[in-house]
Amino acid sequence: MSSPFMAILVRDLTLVGRNPGEHATTTIIFFVVVTTLFAFAGNADLSLLQIIGPTVIWVAALLAAMLSLEGLFKTDFGDGTLDQMLTSPCPLSMLVSAKVAAHWITTGLPLVIVCPFMGILMGLDFELILILTATLGLSTPVFSLIGAFGASLVVAHKKPGVLLSLLTLPLCVPILIYSASAVNAAAAGLPITGHLSLLAGFFVLSITILPFATAGAIRITAGS
Amino acid sequence: MFLWFHKLGSARYFYNFADKVTPWIGTLAFVLIVVGLYTALVVAPPDYQQKDAYRIIFIHVPAAWMSMFIYVFMAICGAIGLIWRIKLAFIVCTSAAVIGASFTLVTLVTGSIWGKPMWGAWWAWDARLTSELILLFLYLGFIALQSAIPNRSAAQRASSILLIAGVVNIPIIHYSVLWWHTLHQDPSISKFGAPSIHASMLAPLLIMTVAFMLFFLTIVVIRSRALILETERSSKWVKDMQEKWV
Repeated sequence: MSSPFMAILVRDLTLVGRNPGEHATTTIIFFVVVTTLFAFAGNADLSLLQIIGPTVIWVAALLAAMLSLEGLFKTDFGDGTLDQMLTSPCPLSMLVSAKVAAHWITTGLPLVIVCPFMGILMGLDFELILILTATLGLSTPVFSLIGAFGASLVVAHKKPGVLLSLLTLPLCVPILIYSASAVNAAAAGLPITGHLSLLAGFFVLSITILPFATAGAIRITAGS
Repeated sequence: MFLWFHKLGSARYFYNFADKVTPWIGTLAFVLIVVGLYTALVVAPPDYQQKDAYRIIFIHVPAAWMSMFIYVFMAICGAIGLIWRIKLAFIVCTSAAVIGASFTLVTLVTGSIWGKPMWGAWWAWDARLTSELILLFLYLGFIALQSAIPNRSAAQRASSILLIAGVVNIPIIHYSVLWWHTLHQDPSISKFGAPSIHASMLAPLLIMTVAFMLFFLTIVVIRSRALILETERSSKWVKDMQEKWV
């Protein structure tokens, strides 16, 4: 049961490891650059950055996660790997989950790791940084899942960039809202376990439903 | 009854049936819009607080209802098409998209025109406004995805999956936005929340809703017929019809 999953996961990680410039590092650089741009645009006013800091980090992380989605199924579609997955006896949804997991490890996880440092640059409190990182840790997998669903819809498209954002970003709104309100509640000294539970709920909901939707979409878009 | 539904599923039968029905529902929609506008703008009394400015709700509220109704309608059509492989369901679904997006836009525009004098702002990040805006993005995503995939049948099936994902998401988005504010601060503006609306104002509202519904049906049927001709252009009955006209 687990071996095809692991095989795809290891394969995707190896591919990224051999060519790290392709998306793992660019995602991080993009995230850091966008966040610092806000500091410049805000005249490096630390009191302003403390207020908008979590928002900036959030939006930058969301955009960085979107950036790498284009390539998720693209090369596999181009070189015929996706066709092999379609004809393989193991369920496509499982193979898709493996690809999503690899995507999260190479783009989502680094964002979560870099997030505290960006929080320090923004002059946020230690506790706030911790909560920010926790919300990112819970929501980046959901971004990868939603993003994979969007990418599967446009798999045969030559330049899906803008279309992909139009498809996936509206679906990410609830996650963004709950994460933002978790950070706001923490800043106001309110309990945040409710928000974190809801985010975890979203994660569970999307991991149970979206791989099937993604597999269904790939069957339609790559099969034709 | 079932046989009739079954027949209606075939593009040719639908085309001919729609041909007979369109003038009737079209005329009825037109008459109801005229009657509804007359009762809304002339007969209904001015509001004691908002004076005549409130009359925009007779366009705004039915358009908002329609915008949500059409999205769910499209999702149901998409699901029917995916499950039973009925081409006609996809055709109806596709032709409804632009109308739904237009109703959403009308809702947003009339809402902000009304909001400026009433709230003093064109826009507020209220739960309803925000969900409606995201609904517009979902419509646009659907339309963009349809035009992005060259193979029509694949485009229709893929965008139907997107629609269904969106339908699951709409209530989540709505409640998340609602939550976001109730935790934060109360937006203070849910005038329509109170169900106490006088009959003289409720009547034109309902007439307008029925009129918009019929208008939607008329346009959907006209657009579907055009799409049927386009997709079935190589089939015999379309060619025969063409020869008869030429």
